[in-house]
Amino acid sequence: MASISNVIFYILTFLSVYVQVFFFVTFLENRKKIVIRNGKTKLGFYPSVTIVVPCWNEENTVAETVRSLLDLNYPKDKVNIFLINDGSTDNTKNVIDKFTEFPNIKVFHKENGGKFTALNLGLEKSETDFFGCLDADSLVDPDALVRIMGYFEKDALTMAVAPAVVVHNPGNIVQKAQQTEYNMGLFFKKMLGFLGAINVTPGPFTIFRKKVFNDLGPYKHAHSTEDMEIAYRMQKHNYKIENCNDAFIYTNTPKTVKKLYRQRLRWIYGFLNNTIDYRSVLFRKKYGNFAFFTLPMGIASIFSVSYLFGRIVYNIGHFFYFKILQFRVVGFNFEMNKFDFDPFFINTESFIFMVVFVYILVMFAILFGRKMAQERKVFSLSVLYFFPIFGIVAPVWFLKAIYNTILSRKPSWR
Amino acid sequence: MSSNNIDWKKYVIVLLITTGLFFTAIYLSNYFGDKKINQLKTIQDQIAIDILSSETQFSLLSELSCKNIPDSVFSSELAELGNKLEWSQENLGDTGEVSYLKKYYSLLQIKDYLLAKRISERCGIKSAFILYFYTTAENCSLCKEESIVLGTLRMKYPELRVYSFDYSTDLSAVTSMLQIYKIKDTVLPAMVIDGEVLTGFHSLESLETRIKESFKLQEIKPEAKSVE
Repeated sequence: MASISNVIFYILTFLSVYVQVFFFVTFLENRKKIVIRNGKTKLGFYPSVTIVVPCWNEENTVAETVRSLLDLNYPKDKVNIFLINDGSTDNTKNVIDKFTEFPNIKVFHKENGGKFTALNLGLEKSETDFFGCLDADSLVDPDALVRIMGYFEKDALTMAVAPAVVVHNPGNIVQKAQQTEYNMGLFFKKMLGFLGAINVTPGPFTIFRKKVFNDLGPYKHAHSTEDMEIAYRMQKHNYKIENCNDAFIYTNTPKTVKKLYRQRLRWIYGFLNNTIDYRSVLFRKKYGNFAFFTLPMGIASIFSVSYLFGRIVYNIGHFFYFKILQFRVVGFNFEMNKFDFDPFFINTESFIFMVVFVYILVMFAILFGRKMAQERKVFSLSVLYFFPIFGIVAPVWFLKAIYNTILSRKPSWR
Repeated sequence: MSSNNIDWKKYVIVLLITTGLFFTAIYLSNYFGDKKINQLKTIQDQIAIDILSSETQFSLLSELSCKNIPDSVFSSELAELGNKLEWSQENLGDTGEVSYLKKYYSLLQIKDYLLAKRISERCGIKSAFILYFYTTAENCSLCKEESIVLGTLRMKYPELRVYSFDYSTDLSAVTSMLQIYKIKDTVLPAMVIDGEVLTGFHSLESLETRIKESFKLQEIKPEAKSVE
């Protein structure tokens, strides 16, 4: 049994290193293409864009979100904003009704039907060639839209452009840990963009050509992750998705571990179930790196993290078992143990070095991601919050998502 | 619509790099493993020299006087070696080299034990030692508990020597020790204190009382330690 467990362990460790090396090699190939545009971006032609803001009980954040849209450096008459109240039970209705005075804002009220129904209402009402959504908990940088539209102008085949999502005003440790994770995400998503293998077109401010929906149909419920499913559908039809690393979106993140857990459970459950729904694309050559890298890597990561977690829990259990045993047989006498440090007892099994390689590459991704996010300091101690918080909690939502998938249960929204 | 060409060369290159890293990890692991084995060998050689030197010195001096009797190897050195060997067996894998070193260790313990016995016979000095037999071949939970008890005792009484022997060690000298004290694998853990064979688990309190009676040992006080 121990040897089977070790074989699984080494295979998963090998895969983890493979994934990180793959990202790093992709970085080396494309590093010169990662630019952050300073100053004003100008387009030859400014196409009209519809931005839908679906709101469900967002009375506290929606006004700021809308104001950030009004401040976009883009011709005002070319930005149509739809505020869609998806049956909120709080004061959202009154807050968004105040915006009707703006000529480019339209407000809709509907019965609650879920985010994808609000988006589909927006799709139905929009008359522009470009369509996007902005979650009511996020703010756009003034240059975000023009920078994204630059990608469409450059390549007529680009069907959707995902932005760079960063954390808005991280306050506590949980949010700072997420800030690091989002920064790391900037790096990984840019690399997936180079690989043509993006699997999520984030709710905050991905812009699509309307043709995508005309050709492929509207949003679906998709296990509460409609922004993932549309990306899968696009990949299945070989529609190109780009990542615009300098179009910044500031999103509000969960303040507590419990809320973070709920959010991530929904994401991972969505990933597993969308992947199961689209399993026919896996390892099929015509779907490219999406089929050979993104999806297998995602699945392998979920299993690696869960398995490693199990192993760590086992080791911690073993350690406490020994301590309890020690206490039971000799009472407090074991406190006499000397805590002399002897390097002899440092574990030098080969997997330790593999883990070190993975950490070095992950650290690189974090630091480069911070550079991409234009953080003032590339290294900050808050980077370190990421490891304990995600290291301990992430395996739990991974395992729960696997469990829920097996039982086909659906996690609630929040 | 978009070109979804897969760059197979890259997949292969990344595979090669990863394999390279994997072998580097194995190389590093072996390198440090070897260093540890060498460290163990050095400690053992040192102990072997110490024992040989003590034996020789004893043979030279014993007929003259009991005043200058050499002290045999420090118990703490043997104990440290024992701990490191045990750790190596668990963490470096039960390689041929580790089990070879373990045999050597058993032999050194027996030699040290014999020397101490001869000194005490000749000069009437009673040295405090416990012979301890355990097994790693099967899951012996009582052995684990007894090892903890003995480790604690050794720390409380630095003069106390604990010679521990793995029942499964394939060495004729160890087999002879087992035969002398008539110890079978069904009664493990087993101890010999002051000539008496004790089998099964014995608590810290009962052993402490026993060794205090037999050997009149002094417990080291934490205050004394802090002065050092």
